[in-house]
Amino acid sequence: MEETLMDIDLKDKEEYIVNMGPQHPSTHGVLRFETCLQGEKVKYIIPHCGYIHRGIEKMCEKLTYPQLLHLTDRMDYLSAHINNEAVSLCVENAMGIEVSDRVKYIRTIFAELTRIASHQLWWSAFGMDLGALTTFFYGLRDREKILDIFEETTGTRLIQSFITPGGLMADVHPNFQRRIKEFITYFRKKLPEYDQLLTGNIIFRERTKGIGVMSKELAIDYGVTGPSGRGSGFHCDIRKIAPYSAYPFVKFNEIIFPEGDTYARYLVRMKEMWESLNVLEQLVDNIPQGQIMLELKAIKAPKGEYYQRVETARGELGVYIVSDGGPSPARMKFRTPNFSNLFIINKIASGHKIADLVAISGSLDLVIPDIDR
Amino acid sequence: MALLKTIKEVGNYFNEIYDGVASLVRGMKVTGGYFIKRGQIVTQKYPENRATLKMFDNFKGELQLIHDENNQHSCNVCNTCARKCPNGSIEVIYKKVEGADGRSKKILDKYIYHLETCSFCGLCVPACDEHALRFDQEFEHAVFDKSKLTKVLNKPGSTCKVVKE
Repeated sequence: MEETLMDIDLKDKEEYIVNMGPQHPSTHGVLRFETCLQGEKVKYIIPHCGYIHRGIEKMCEKLTYPQLLHLTDRMDYLSAHINNEAVSLCVENAMGIEVSDRVKYIRTIFAELTRIASHQLWWSAFGMDLGALTTFFYGLRDREKILDIFEETTGTRLIQSFITPGGLMADVHPNFQRRIKEFITYFRKKLPEYDQLLTGNIIFRERTKGIGVMSKELAIDYGVTGPSGRGSGFHCDIRKIAPYSAYPFVKFNEIIFPEGDTYARYLVRMKEMWESLNVLEQLVDNIPQGQIMLELKAIKAPKGEYYQRVETARGELGVYIVSDGGPSPARMKFRTPNFSNLFIINKIASGHKIADLVAISGSLDLVIPDIDR
Repeated sequence: MALLKTIKEVGNYFNEIYDGVASLVRGMKVTGGYFIKRGQIVTQKYPENRATLKMFDNFKGELQLIHDENNQHSCNVCNTCARKCPNGSIEVIYKKVEGADGRSKKILDKYIYHLETCSFCGLCVPACDEHALRFDQEFEHAVFDKSKLTKVLNKPGSTCKVVKE
């Protein structure tokens, strides 16, 4: 049976148990924090997940590889392209095929655009969690430009299902490169505005500096990856450790801050947006010619077990396929970044005020459907 | 020494206040600037601009069976789209008729599309060898009754361009 705080004998009658969620606006989804409070202080937290469990791993077993891709979009919906890419790379590795350089470049461009769009939305929502509503409108205004680039090529804005095993669903739109270049110049001007609005703000700094400190050891113990892990000085960028797609061809820095507090996690994401713009600039003019979709008779992984990991906007996504040689997997397992990132919250938020809990959970950048799958 | 330390502390205190106020003013300058700058409006008045609102060419609206001016479509009932669909959103119902040479042929009776289960993955459109399908520009899917989401895509009285032998 699941242990809840209700079962724990409360010796101190000053303690209260408060549910934050599942419909709390700053949990960004249906997640419940069972919070034990002593006055305004958080004593400990038990996160409860499963409110948006859809059984995606089990559903994948009934579908062929191209079909199951559209389910992976719906895990971490803010990194839809990268989730598609992870499954595609895993299936391609299993089949022993390699896509053309053109496909690799376009996939990486889409992945970096996704990363920027995801960080923009996170920045908007993080400001809003801390009481600065303006950031929400500014972030979404700039995110719209990326969504337009997606929509023009893929036809949809949030969940694209564009990257498939063997290549891409279609070639990019003729306006693709021009729009990205326009976006790079536009967003380079807007990013300093973000810093003036929020990063420098005294209220924001007071609320984030020294709050929710996560040591490097703790991050490694709990498997906290992505910007949250790098904010604690944990070298965990899969793009650097095990480069895939077009990442071996580009130069970029892995952003690491050793402080480990909420402000450091914030700065990692802000700096990552600059790095992603650099990566885009290196790729967008050099897209080589090549085949968009390999001509495959059937997409079947040979019998065996395969694993592929990629870096999404939130951390390390691992795709594990057990195949019996058929057109669909015998078992599919996703190692999602948010699941690992969530459970650190009891360690780092205990002892802080309840308002800081909102700042800490915001800085972990949780996407709830990715936790529950 | 103690006096110096106190003066320094007081100085720091006022410096912090100054820094804090300056940071707030810097932020307010950004938001205030947008009141003055013209031509930076990014919002649209949505229901009013329906007539001029245009989606991108590749936009995935509702699935559409392409009909030409003679009310002819090119579906030859091969059922590939229905097999590719991960959600079973497409049902292709055929009927058998006797052709001119006396042999029975399959022709399209009803092309049923379940919008309520469609996840817009777009596998059906490239799967069609006859290029009979496309996504249209429709984006207002809301209806009051769920049964209205099940649609018959072939128009009444339509015929097929290519008949499968």
